[in-house]
Amino acid sequence: MTHLFDQELKVINIGLRSFKDTLDARNVKAVQVDWMPPLSVSPQAASIIAEKREQIEDANRAAVERILSGKPMLVGLGKALDTIPRMKENLLLHAGPPIEWKRMCGPMRGAIIGALIYEGLAGNPEDAERLAASGEIEFAPCHEHNAVGPMAGIISASMPVFIVKNDEFGNASYATMNEGLGKVLRYGAFNDEVIARLKWMERVLYPALRKAVERVERIDLKAIIAQALHMGDEVHNRNRAATSLLYRALAPQVVRTSERDAAASVLDFIGGNDHFFLNLSMAAAKASLDAARGIANSSIVVAMARNGTDFGVQLSGTGGQWFTGPAPVPDALFFPGFTKDDANPDIGDSAIAETYGLGGFAIAASPAIVQFVGGQARDALNYTLQMYEITAAENRAYQIPSLDFRGTPTGIDVITVVETGILPFIDTGVAHKKPGIGQVGAGVLSAPAEPFVKAYERLAEKVVKQNGRCGQFSSGFETQSTA
Amino acid sequence: MMVKGIVKKGEYYDSLTLMTAARKLRELSGLLDSAIVMGTRENRAILEAAGLTVEEFRASTDADLLIAVKAEDALLAERALSEAESILKSVRTRADSSLAPLPRSIETALHLMPDANMTLISVAGKHAAGEAMRALRHGLHVMLFSDNVPLEREIALKEYAMEHHLLMMGPDCGTAIINGVPLAFANAVNRGDIGIVAAAGTGLQEVSCLISNAGAGISQAIGTGGRDVKEEVGGLMMLAALAMLSEDPSTRVIVLISKPPHFSVLEKIGKVTRTLGKPVVAAFLGTENDSIRRHGMLPAGSLHEAALLATALSQRKPVETVTTYFARLRNDLRVIGATEARKLQAQQKNVRGLFSGGTFCYEAQLLLRDDLDEIYSNAPTGKSQQLKNSLKSVKHTLVDLGADEFTVGRPHPMIDYSLRDRRIIEEAADPETAVVLFDIVLGYGANPDPLKEIVPAITSARKSTSQRQRYLPMVCSVTGTDKDPQNRAEVVRGLRDAGVIVAESNAAACLLTAFIVHPIEQSDCSHDTPV
Repeated sequence: MTHLFDQELKVINIGLRSFKDTLDARNVKAVQVDWMPPLSVSPQAASIIAEKREQIEDANRAAVERILSGKPMLVGLGKALDTIPRMKENLLLHAGPPIEWKRMCGPMRGAIIGALIYEGLAGNPEDAERLAASGEIEFAPCHEHNAVGPMAGIISASMPVFIVKNDEFGNASYATMNEGLGKVLRYGAFNDEVIARLKWMERVLYPALRKAVERVERIDLKAIIAQALHMGDEVHNRNRAATSLLYRALAPQVVRTSERDAAASVLDFIGGNDHFFLNLSMAAAKASLDAARGIANSSIVVAMARNGTDFGVQLSGTGGQWFTGPAPVPDALFFPGFTKDDANPDIGDSAIAETYGLGGFAIAASPAIVQFVGGQARDALNYTLQMYEITAAENRAYQIPSLDFRGTPTGIDVITVVETGILPFIDTGVAHKKPGIGQVGAGVLSAPAEPFVKAYERLAEKVVKQNGRCGQFSSGFETQSTA
Repeated sequence: MMVKGIVKKGEYYDSLTLMTAARKLRELSGLLDSAIVMGTRENRAILEAAGLTVEEFRASTDADLLIAVKAEDALLAERALSEAESILKSVRTRADSSLAPLPRSIETALHLMPDANMTLISVAGKHAAGEAMRALRHGLHVMLFSDNVPLEREIALKEYAMEHHLLMMGPDCGTAIINGVPLAFANAVNRGDIGIVAAAGTGLQEVSCLISNAGAGISQAIGTGGRDVKEEVGGLMMLAALAMLSEDPSTRVIVLISKPPHFSVLEKIGKVTRTLGKPVVAAFLGTENDSIRRHGMLPAGSLHEAALLATALSQRKPVETVTTYFARLRNDLRVIGATEARKLQAQQKNVRGLFSGGTFCYEAQLLLRDDLDEIYSNAPTGKSQQLKNSLKSVKHTLVDLGADEFTVGRPHPMIDYSLRDRRIIEEAADPETAVVLFDIVLGYGANPDPLKEIVPAITSARKSTSQRQRYLPMVCSVTGTDKDPQNRAEVVRGLRDAGVIVAESNAAACLLTAFIVHPIEQSDCSHDTPV
């Protein structure tokens, strides 16, 4: 201890800034911490977490290593019913944590109506609603079937899906093909145009892409994402570069394997949809994160997902349990004629991108979309820099050119989220709150605190069970569990 | 009349920033009252009591900012609200003007400065212990400025720090000087070979400044927080600091400062000091001299005496020179006291002490207890009695204006002089007031321009007494050095120009006060109360 007296004093100042001013005036080296109150958690949970910090950090290192070493590859396409585990004719998968029909938001109901019409299970919207409410149709989160879906995220039995395989660990993930912008099913639209497009995708797009992918065997999604980040994408709200790279990989094969008219319409469709890659970046994230599930004591987030009503979080160390809180309404730029009053609370599995160190976490790589975050490139940099505070690692593959190729902040640690009060920053699209209208804007938001607080408290309970410790404590929130 | 308020969700500012903003806001005309606070339960209760609450505040949380204004009409209230927002924005902009965002956690700060060795923590008490523990776990020494940390957390922090050979100064540690660096509220003092360990913040400031002004210097000044010497904490930090200073080759003389330690703690300290090999001066204000001597320490009856004893030891002068010095000082003060006393009217007999330093209020009660009967205080000690209403003086009153009751939602009186200014004018208006006694504390963290704050109040008080054909002596001490940003010499000159009698220490100011209320015309004063 005495050698403090022989060292140059270097100070971290947490709190009153005037103390730092004094140190500056005396030329003492000092760093100011912009401190904010932590999220409010039960003191018992906090003391358990503090006590078991080392075990948790060991577990986190293991979890993050699995996330970083994943090798997500596009290996094929198939029909949901034949491909997705435990898929059934009367099962609809949806975005976010579990939810029953009567709590579903407008756009999700809209997408379900559309899916039932598309499947031929209902002839019109009224029948579809009745059927959805009847109990004959089952609902389950995409996440619980190794799948992810943007916005409403509805996957029905005959929809074609991408198959993404994590070559490092052997697990797979699934996602539908992106429909484009405007009136689309995922934003809750279900008119004839929407259904017709879905039918075309099943009839023309799907076989063409299946044959093309079959011919190249696998497409390295990690490599595409890494390159796209160097080209101005964050692969959540901007997918232009990644879509172009995918197009470059697929186009010759599509031309070789499909007849001319079909090939042209397929390439027109992909070329005309800047977000075509989105569903693949999500599936890549899902395949990589799923490999890090189930590591005892780990506080790393393996899923953030919203169903338009609830925002849900899952941790590596707490099994399949969802921790939820009300989904917030995004802070967005709206299409002409729409305002925040039209906006539905946040929806979609696409926050899997942020969970994987992309999207909002990588927004510094994407100066083209800084209008979403305040208009200046520096704002985007600052958002990414802040996310390093709550992540356990820097990505080895995905880099930010403007931060001297620093790896993107990857592996959200729920403990640092609670301790710093910094909530994950998410890029997102905004759906109209009424069914049948579609997208009204795009923007950003911070995740709500409640799911993270619940996850933290539950982890503390689990850690005690795993490692033993006397005493009981109760969580401040009710937790919701799924079988 | 109109009360309006807004909630800014998730906007957090530190309390000093908010108080600065609130003060600027109060300068607006037409505004009757206002508040800018974080939405904690305590703050909401305060707003409720002040009639400054609106419905939206009810659902606010710790992390929400509440702005409330009371104005003559709705238009003025609206204007004040938008003014409040722009004031806050200007504060924020300054804070955010650097290119990179500031780190939000110790961990990220360590990323920027991997070889940091000290953490200075001043966040709200309920979060402070957690941050301190995090810092200790990273192997950082800690100075914990925050108060309202539960006792058991303090003990846990200090035990952890001991195990890991780390300094854990505080909680409620307002001042320290480590390796010559002033931390939080501290003064620019000479470096030297005197090490200080103090469980009393202003005590540390006073002793270090008096040492520096007497030509000696400070090696290290370590704060422990006031509760360290209580039985429950067991003097953990004082003992550790004592051990550090005993091993430190740059420290030759040690000064310990605190209110009386619990006897068990004094025993533990004594066990160390009896065999330390370095002289130890103890200003355990209120402890019997014999029980200090018994442990091989040199007792000091005042902060001033502690400083001069340490200085004599450091300068290798006999400690008797200190006795001689104080005898001369007493005589000088006696003469001044007698002169002042002659100018008083018969009914002027009460002392009114208005302190910004808690240790000074405490020391004044001890030093004046034999000279004044019936001392009242909001922080009574010894024979003093509890003031019923801290805002209203009775008989001899010595008030600690830095006590919690005065600092809720308002900066400490060392920063914000407004409360004391008002009180000086009030005391001057009381025909029975014989002396207004106060302190000025300079240094880093304190008000940058104390003269501008206090001279107008002194002038106004003086004007009101002279209109009533009365003379009122004002006596004060100025804790600081000429190297402090405020420059002690300039402040002393300004106060003297305003007619204030400036004594060289709080103890000297107290003694002078006693001589004014109980003048002794002869020079043969046989008192042996140390100054």
